[in-house]
Amino acid sequence: MEIGLGHYLTVAAVLFTIGVFGIFLNRKNVIIILMSVELLLLAVNINMVAFSHFLGDMVGQVFTMLILTVAAAEAAIGLAILVVYFRNRGSIAVEDINVMKG
Amino acid sequence: MIIQTIAFYVFAAVAILSGALVVANRNPVYSVLFLVLTFFNAAGLFVLLGAEFLAMMLVVVYVGAVAVLFLFVVMMLDINFVELRQGFVRYAPIGFVIGVVLFAELFLVLGSGIIAPQLGHAITMPTPPVGQVTNTQALGTILYTHYFYLFQAAGLVLLVAMIGAIVLTHREREGVKRQKIASQVARGRESVVTVKVQSGSGV
Repeated sequence: MEIGLGHYLTVAAVLFTIGVFGIFLNRKNVIIILMSVELLLLAVNINMVAFSHFLGDMVGQVFTMLILTVAAAEAAIGLAILVVYFRNRGSIAVEDINVMKG
Repeated sequence: MIIQTIAFYVFAAVAILSGALVVANRNPVYSVLFLVLTFFNAAGLFVLLGAEFLAMMLVVVYVGAVAVLFLFVVMMLDINFVELRQGFVRYAPIGFVIGVVLFAELFLVLGSGIIAPQLGHAITMPTPPVGQVTNTQALGTILYTHYFYLFQAAGLVLLVAMIGAIVLTHREREGVKRQKIASQVARGRESVVTVKVQSGSGV
């Protein structure tokens, strides 16, 4: 059976759904939420590369590289904020991050 | 062809399975390790799609840098892992509903769409034929010419992220003895204090 564009898009869709599911599921752990965001970005990357391959256009791979860069930057900043937050509050639960709530 | 098909299904199945375990795992350390497995399998999918350079980038950047950063943070923070799982059952139904709806929508969109034949004229940077030009060379040829400003912007994003992370996590600590070269060099003979030390007792 020939592996087509739809197969890759389905894999990416499942990974994206898992990522969204993980964000809703883990209300106590910001680290898992950051990992879920990485899964979302990975799903988008798979989409980009699949389209790039099946359309025969290299631009998709260029943009995948840019998404990779932004994802790495986001992970670094997010984890830095997490470390500072843990140092101040002694907890990383999402439910505790409501100081600014009126 | 049959080997490609088998490889696709193996990579896809392991990627999805380990992706699910990232979300559902009890221990964040295991979650990070499953995230690494997901990235490896996604890299395998990239190789199948002919994007070898991006596959290697994924392994080097994600597995080598981002996942290790996650592992550092998970192990550095002193977290009670048992407490973290509370509320799992409470939020599972709404997460499940949203997940199912999202997947259904994605599936409907993907299932009904086809690539328009006239799109062949809209291709800006056609992929060079395999065998003449490697994927890395093809990517570099357009990244350093047509997309040079985007490339520079990506570098700027990384620079800002690096500075931001350092600024956020840096702190001044009390009681740390640092080397002060200027005052050490400027120290004169008169400021040196000699102490008579008793043998066997120390300072």
